[in-house]
Amino acid sequence: MSIERFLNQAVSSWMNADGPQADIILTSRIRLARNLRDFLFPTVFTNEEANEVLRKVENIMPLLNIHPLQDAELLKMDLLQQLQKQVLVEKHLISPNLAEQSIGGACILSPNEEVSIMINEEDHIRIQCILSGLQLQEALELANAVDDQLEEHLDYAFNEVQGYLTSCPTNVGTGLRASVMLHLPGLVMTRQIRQLISSINQLGFTVRGIYGEGSEALGNIFQISNQITLGKSEEDIILDLNNVVGQIVNQERSAREAIVRQSEIQLEDRVYRSLGVLMNSRIIDSKEAANCLSDVRLGIDLGYIKNISRNILNELMILTQPGFLQQYAGGGLRPFERDVRRATLIRERLRLETKS
Amino acid sequence: MICQECQKRPATLHYTKIINGEKIEMHLCEYCAKENNVMNFDQSSGFSINNLLAGLFNLNPNIEHINKEHPFSANQIIQCDNCGMTLDRFLKIGRFGCANCYEAFSEQLTPVFRRLHGGNWKHNGKIPKRAGGTINIRKKIEILKETLQTLVEREEFEKAAEVRDEIRFYEKQLQEGGE
Ligand SMILES: [Zn+2]
Ligand SMILES: [Zn+2]
Repeated sequence: MSIERFLNQAVSSWMNADGPQADIILTSRIRLARNLRDFLFPTVFTNEEANEVLRKVENIMPLLNIHPLQDAELLKMDLLQQLQKQVLVEKHLISPNLAEQSIGGACILSPNEEVSIMINEEDHIRIQCILSGLQLQEALELANAVDDQLEEHLDYAFNEVQGYLTSCPTNVGTGLRASVMLHLPGLVMTRQIRQLISSINQLGFTVRGIYGEGSEALGNIFQISNQITLGKSEEDIILDLNNVVGQIVNQERSAREAIVRQSEIQLEDRVYRSLGVLMNSRIIDSKEAANCLSDVRLGIDLGYIKNISRNILNELMILTQPGFLQQYAGGGLRPFERDVRRATLIRERLRLETKS
Repeated sequence: MICQECQKRPATLHYTKIINGEKIEMHLCEYCAKENNVMNFDQSSGFSINNLLAGLFNLNPNIEHINKEHPFSANQIIQCDNCGMTLDRFLKIGRFGCANCYEAFSEQLTPVFRRLHGGNWKHNGKIPKRAGGTINIRKKIEILKETLQTLVEREEFEKAAEVRDEIRFYEKQLQEGGE
């Protein structure tokens, strides 16, 4: 597959680094968990019930007449190939759980991939909206619009005291999980990140690295989300998250300024070395790629590198995952072959940048 | 299903642990579960929701074990008559079986919700148009009544009369059954 064609198919609108505060915030994401009143929850329902839930949602699809859902596609997990599912997971459009373990699992995907509705995951319905940059309010409005449309045709499990009833007690009430993905190289380099994470935790928000395992955050990318879903309004949850994120953004900006002030030449050296690795290596593992991408992205944000667009980090962090690499290669790859493919993909992607 | 830890023996213990709010599914064999002392997470490494639920009801976290000793514990008798979920099983898997479970276990749930949601137990967010039924109207009336109260106290009777009419309008809507 040619790189142009691959990128055309692979890149979603929210990977473009054009949202507010895009120098630090990659994406804003809203998830609403909903269940149908008259069906057992996916944790215990039978195959027939699962298929009936799916049929119900499928039947109302033509009635959904708001903009992002026009021309939306329904993807049934049973009918997708392993690699197709893996690519959707790597884009965070569906969960690994929906891909591998669901019964009657499916996903309604808008053409620009900003809206995805998972069916028969842990809850009957999970509405997800992803926008680039800091746009929590906009993403919530979008999710609410989709939610209202669905509710016109589906009977939700809801009561006045407990709100929207979910499979897991950690989601009850609003069913809302709001998340922001941030690139925080400054706070990592100045070793402030650990302290920051623990204070954010104390405020009732969770922080985790998106890529990599355990506490390691590959590419210095972190996700912050609300933990409390009950007893606060959707607007308040988002307001509080916005405040926390605003403070982190300020701290990240001052950390970057401090590094530039104290060791500008070292930083510039690091940025250009990483660019050299990305432009020239023939074998690169995901960890090295992520670190170099983070450096180069910082170099772009600080104005050292001018001829490369910002979204290479957003894009390549996702496109260099195993599923995407195999799709690009047009077949299965062993780990070593992946590292070779990854290096090739990154080189070709960067060449596109410097050409234009 | 094979144990995640040793990749050899069949997994017999399935649970969800929460690390920084992220739910992670675990499937372990009995041997590895004991080796890792999985039922005793300390707070710093996160907690298991099952462990938390069990703790709230003063159960030994090792529920498997309890079942053998007290086959007819009270928690098994509390059951959702719609899906058959017992309180005991809910505590074990940390998941409800259906909407009716919330009613069936309602007495036991408030402390669970308080613990999980920073002390909160009552929904304060969006109300769906249809499933919410008359809740939206009743909320509106509540707010209007408060406004009326303040207006009367301030002796702004003209405005108060307008608000009273509005309340009557919504109350009539309520009697007619919704929208
Ligand atoms: Zn084992
Ligand atoms: Zn039930």
